[in-house]
Amino acid sequence: MSDVVLSLQNLHKRFGALQATNDVSLDLRPGEIHALIGPNGAGKSTLIGQIAGNIRPDEGSVYLAGSEITSMSIAQRARLGLGRSFQVSSLAEPLSVMRNVMMGVQALQSHSFRFWKPVARDRQLLEPAYEALARMQLSHRAWTPVFELSHGERRQVEVACALALKPRALLLDEPMAGLGPEGSAKLTELLEALKLEVPILLIEHDMEAVFRLADRISVLVSGSVIAHGDSHTIRQDPRVREAYLGDSDA
Amino acid sequence: MTNTTSLSKNAALAPEADRPFDRKGLVQMALLGLLLLLPVAAYFLGHIYYVNLASRITIIAMAAVGLNLAIGYGGMVSFGHAAYFGLGGYVAGISAYHAFDITPFMTWPFSVPGSDNLLVIWLAAMLLCGLLALVIGAISLRTTGVYFIMITLAFAQMIYYFANSWPTYGGEDGLPIYIRNTLPLFNNNMLDSSDALTYFLICFTGLVLAMAITSRMMKSRFGAALTMARLNDVRLATAGISPYPIRLVAFVISAAITGLAGALYADLNGFVSPTMLSWHFSGELMVIVILGGVGRLYGPLAGAVLFVMMETFLGGVTQYWQLFLGLVLLGVVLFAKHGVMGWLAGRERNE
Amino acid sequence: MSVTLLIEQLLNGVQLGTMLFLMASGLTLVFGVMGLINLAHGSFYMVGAYATAAVTASTGSFLIGLAAGMTAAALVGALVELLVIRRLYHRPHLDQVLATFALILIFSEGTRWIFGSSPLWLSPPSWLTGFVTLPGDTRYPIYRLMLIGVGIAISIALYLLISRTRLGMRIRAGESDREMIGALGVNISKLYTLVFALGAALAGLAGALVGALQSVQVGMGEPVLILAFVVIVIGGIGSIKGALLGALLVGIVDTLGRVYLPIFFQAFMPPSEATGVGSALAAMLIYILMAVILAFKPKGLFSAHD
Repeated sequence: MSDVVLSLQNLHKRFGALQATNDVSLDLRPGEIHALIGPNGAGKSTLIGQIAGNIRPDEGSVYLAGSEITSMSIAQRARLGLGRSFQVSSLAEPLSVMRNVMMGVQALQSHSFRFWKPVARDRQLLEPAYEALARMQLSHRAWTPVFELSHGERRQVEVACALALKPRALLLDEPMAGLGPEGSAKLTELLEALKLEVPILLIEHDMEAVFRLADRISVLVSGSVIAHGDSHTIRQDPRVREAYLGDSDA
Repeated sequence: MTNTTSLSKNAALAPEADRPFDRKGLVQMALLGLLLLLPVAAYFLGHIYYVNLASRITIIAMAAVGLNLAIGYGGMVSFGHAAYFGLGGYVAGISAYHAFDITPFMTWPFSVPGSDNLLVIWLAAMLLCGLLALVIGAISLRTTGVYFIMITLAFAQMIYYFANSWPTYGGEDGLPIYIRNTLPLFNNNMLDSSDALTYFLICFTGLVLAMAITSRMMKSRFGAALTMARLNDVRLATAGISPYPIRLVAFVISAAITGLAGALYADLNGFVSPTMLSWHFSGELMVIVILGGVGRLYGPLAGAVLFVMMETFLGGVTQYWQLFLGLVLLGVVLFAKHGVMGWLAGRERNE
Repeated sequence: MSVTLLIEQLLNGVQLGTMLFLMASGLTLVFGVMGLINLAHGSFYMVGAYATAAVTASTGSFLIGLAAGMTAAALVGALVELLVIRRLYHRPHLDQVLATFALILIFSEGTRWIFGSSPLWLSPPSWLTGFVTLPGDTRYPIYRLMLIGVGIAISIALYLLISRTRLGMRIRAGESDREMIGALGVNISKLYTLVFALGAALAGLAGALVGALQSVQVGMGEPVLILAFVVIVIGGIGSIKGALLGALLVGIVDTLGRVYLPIFFQAFMPPSEATGVGSALAAMLIYILMAVILAFKPKGLFSAHD
């Protein structure tokens, strides 16, 4: 257990009559991609909310690198090393790519109440951000405004933003959504290289990508994890076939 | 993966973008230059009225610079900045009242005398306005959208009614300032602020400083965080920076700038009254920011010039000039979203 | 300082509350259904009062005047919605504030242009003047009692309108899901104009009724507008129930504060100072109330929207 990076223990969340999360326990270990899949309405977004910090669980706890983060704010979790990307792009459109990516670096280095030195000439701030961009092969777009980027590039910038936090764990919410086969293949390649440094909890609809990338897969149905294992096990699991693959368009 | 060490050392830095002599730069310089030169010319031609008019424009522009920091740069639509303008004014008025009477402002827990030293008054005005904004902001910033607009308005009304019904400093009749405050310089020289041109130059310096500080600050790390808080606060939080304290500090700085403008305004008029605190003034300040071009450094100045000119010259023609102001404003909001500066100087790169 | 005073002031508080509700219900409906913040709502209050005063003066009948006032406010409201407001629905709140602020300037100066700066004369009809004696020997003006009655009647009518009628169903649908009602084939722009005119009519009614009590003048709508904002912030923007509760709360707290705070401070201060401190504090009381409520419930007591 000591080398678990991110761990969810017995999470419960109820909205009125709906049990959105029902006794979910999961962990993420160094060097792996752990995929979380499930049909629409399975409670994936609620679970992500509880990991990222915008939803408080009713019961259970979340640990990041050994410290409990269950009741921390989104920003506190991020500073502790939880990098996150969103299903729908959350970048500030009018700003340059660099301006988006550098926020994470800024958060790590100190508080933001520095009023004098212009960021445009601040190597201490820009170089790490530039490095994070380079990791996603986007350094040539550093000073391009986000609204000029292609959809695929935005996806890469989202991941770069998370990387700027020097994260201990990455939480990627459907990074492949809306990507064509080419973009999807490219991102798959980038994530594969990345996982050796940062383990990734991947929530993804694209089954192709999940089976290729994931070391382990957990299947969420109606708020509960109904199956867990490597891609081979999951493919064979009759409950998964019935609950998920059988009646889904994936 | 790309090898980052082989990249040029300067690759990460922003490409140089500032061109002071493009259209925008020229318009800005012309605006500031005219604001400085016309009153000086008027003074030597003996038209003191126009010097004071320029002081008025300058001070209102400065109050709007403060509001623009909240609305334009911070995305916080404050409908209560008259509270800070008025409080700044009352600091000047009350201080002068006690200096004139030679009575202490308060005796407990320690004695605070009145003062006719402008530096002391300005500092006190900025500190008190900052403090008031800290309290109001701490409550209001817990909400967003329409709630924020209405709550800032309501708090400003609270201050307004307080000043209106508190009899010690004139209540609704206001408080005249009988003494001329002075600005101490080196070697015990005093700058005589009762000279119209001297006072204009003081105000002009204040405006330029407020704009320079705003501009510099918005390029800093704090400015970067504030910009992100306006555009996308979820992104900011996900990057590890809580938006709330960033906004609160910006709100406090914004109030301090507007408060300083209020103190200058009180000395210009030799009078403070609850009118400075009224919600109409909050609205007019917003109008000025929008007329000029929201979130642009020179927007408040352009807006103030336009507003005070309309008030003075249109107001000279018809007593119903606000009807026309309303029509112009309606036109600008519905059809010309980028304000005067957007029209004169082209759109901002980051819009 | 007696039970009589307390009853009288409580009734005054309720009366202020019911008039505030007439203003606040329109504001909160417009915000709930259209997502619009409307500063010009105070102008409808003024329009209602002026039209009532003008028509009452020429016909001699307060009731005809009142009907004319409500109609005028509703018509002006519908016109403003058609010409200006509908361009603002999808705009940021800042634009809405400024455009409706511009409308205030236009309405106020326009009214001053037409009617002049001096207040108009409007008084309640003779059959509504005089006093009634309430239990406990409290003598209370009939007109104020009538205002409370009208307020209650309108509250009930609004409740029935929203919970029982087709129009009300559409309003509720519009509050919960704006796209949905378009998909249901409801003519949204007609609905919006109607709701806006309804809110304006209620504001106009309040203006006319209060105008007969105080005075009819330019700018009369503005203090009431800001009180109505406090009401709907306390009640939760978009909630009619919240508006009713908030209005009564604000009306009663404000009225009682103005009477009792100076008396309270006289217990340990010289009377002249106590009056100053007491009235200054009383003027701030409802804002303090608002701050306290928001500190615990940032979305108000009954929030309909997130």
